[in-house]
Amino acid sequence: METSSPASAAPVTRSLATPSKASEGRDGAPEPTLIDIRALDFYYGAKQALFDINLAIPDRRVTAFIGPSGCGKSTLLRCLNRMNDLIDGTAVKRGEVKIRDVDIYGPSVDPIELRKRVGMVFQKSNPFPKSIYENIIYGLRIQGVKSKTKLDEVVERSLRGAALWDEVKDRLHESGLGLSGGQQQRLCIARTIAVEPEVILMDEPCSALDPIATAKVEELIHELKKQFTIIIVTHSMQQAARCSDRTAFFYMGKLIEFDETHNIFMNPKNPQTEAYVSGRFG
Amino acid sequence: MSAPANPFAPRHGSLRRAETAVAWAFRSATYFILLCGGFVFGNICLKGLPTVTGAFRGLDHFPYVTNTFLFEAPESLYVFEHDGKKVEMGDAEYRAFREAETARAAAEGLPAPKFKAKSYVYASGGIWPCIVGTVLLVVGSMTIALLLGVASAIYLSEYAREGPFVRFIRLAILNLAGVPSIVFGLFGFAMFVLYFDWNVSLLAGWFTLAFMVLPVVITASEEALKAVPRGFREGSLALGATKWQTIRKNVLPYALPGILTSSILGIARVAGETAPIMFTAAYVVRDKLPWEVEKFGDFVFQGVMALPYHIYVVSSKIPQNEYTQRVQYGTAFVFLGIVALIAGSSILLRNKLRGRYQW
Repeated sequence: METSSPASAAPVTRSLATPSKASEGRDGAPEPTLIDIRALDFYYGAKQALFDINLAIPDRRVTAFIGPSGCGKSTLLRCLNRMNDLIDGTAVKRGEVKIRDVDIYGPSVDPIELRKRVGMVFQKSNPFPKSIYENIIYGLRIQGVKSKTKLDEVVERSLRGAALWDEVKDRLHESGLGLSGGQQQRLCIARTIAVEPEVILMDEPCSALDPIATAKVEELIHELKKQFTIIIVTHSMQQAARCSDRTAFFYMGKLIEFDETHNIFMNPKNPQTEAYVSGRFG
Repeated sequence: MSAPANPFAPRHGSLRRAETAVAWAFRSATYFILLCGGFVFGNICLKGLPTVTGAFRGLDHFPYVTNTFLFEAPESLYVFEHDGKKVEMGDAEYRAFREAETARAAAEGLPAPKFKAKSYVYASGGIWPCIVGTVLLVVGSMTIALLLGVASAIYLSEYAREGPFVRFIRLAILNLAGVPSIVFGLFGFAMFVLYFDWNVSLLAGWFTLAFMVLPVVITASEEALKAVPRGFREGSLALGATKWQTIRKNVLPYALPGILTSSILGIARVAGETAPIMFTAAYVVRDKLPWEVEKFGDFVFQGVMALPYHIYVVSSKIPQNEYTQRVQYGTAFVFLGIVALIAGSSILLRNKLRGRYQW
């Protein structure tokens, strides 16, 4: 189960990986690319949603996707773990998405294995109607892990990783739905990191949270990027400015500009980007 | 001069009267239904209850008390005059009595006594074989219906790609729900009894009844599955679960209360239908109980007595009089009780599950 096809499993092992391309980081050091999107065209049935997207997402950085509603940023995000496969009639018609040099739309890639490596946190927090403990170990249960010590360990590590341990350690066996909205979202993050993915995709994770809960999640993102590559879709430009290293601006299914977050907000090259980030848009 | 005119004073007297009248019309319609239902149920309970309560008999061994109506097979009732008194006896008791009287007369050198008894078929004894048969029919057919129904509901709701074909299947299933039960009975007779050569048997009855409730089970199960939020499926898949793992661990458990609700309706229908079993599974009378088969393999290939069919027989095939009335109302009363019992326990189970999974 773990290595169903050698092509899909081997290159995503971190130690073996060689960066396909190196771009200059802000401090001048090379930033290895983890996800390389090339000339991607994506369709919902007959309607084209993404046009010729080229994007190199660096490893262990926070990349933000911004843009007005319907610009394709969530669609692109869901292309990265093939969640779009679940919707009838969707198709990548052209281009490729490479993660560690493996085309994830290639024939030798099992989307199930891919999603273990590329986790996702949804807009609407979706803890399962089970206990907090069961929520965290769901991914491991699926993989057949039975050892109680191992599971206990993962629960503590994941909850600590999601900055939730101190708040819930006394009620691990109560329902995850009894938590507040912000705690629920952090529970979902903990559930995602429990399966130790490489990439965490976040689809507007704070859109339903109040400012305090949002601040906690942003703080968490800051911590998580030491271990994980994070891609966050957000409607809040302040959020993108606060917590991302790089920002991609999308409009009408096209990538308009992709640069250091600092540059996007302070010194955008494209007039459309400037109009959007300064709030003069639409 | 005076207080200012009240701007909120009621103006349209006729409008208000119409409002009241409409409210009362709806109210009385509801109460009328309630009254009719209460009358029917009250009548059955009032006349049926004494049959059950009057049938308790003491025993000289464990469990020391029995109920002849609930736990004995039906017998003919014999009514005759003896020593100027009217006596009622069940078949077995009457035979023993006759033999004893004849022997006594012979011992005393008297001529053999003549008995002029009126007999009423099924009016004595009990309905134990019918209770057993009905329970067996309900359990078996609901098991089949739930297995088949939930499987196809999962396919339709989770796997099948929406399109004209799936819509057609769904429409066909819905239409199946409107087919009269006698048609299912004839279908079962042709398919299971004759073509599969299962004869009049539990198995044929199970499948016929299961096919009858399948539309209800499928439709309701699909609704229950659809009511599980998308987020649970996506969340599970995003953690690397396969489709079947997702359904089994993170969709089906939450849909179970809804599925059980539909099966409760199914139980009431399965237990109550006469037409589908009269050709496929029900005997008018059978003196052996279902577990008294020679080989265990024959268990599913035997016909049984069933409560609804027994009600049909005792209410339309035997004369109506004070003697037969007891068994008629008694059977109906017990039948209602059993359906209420099965449905009640399903409701309890559902509520328990519902309490466990809430979102």
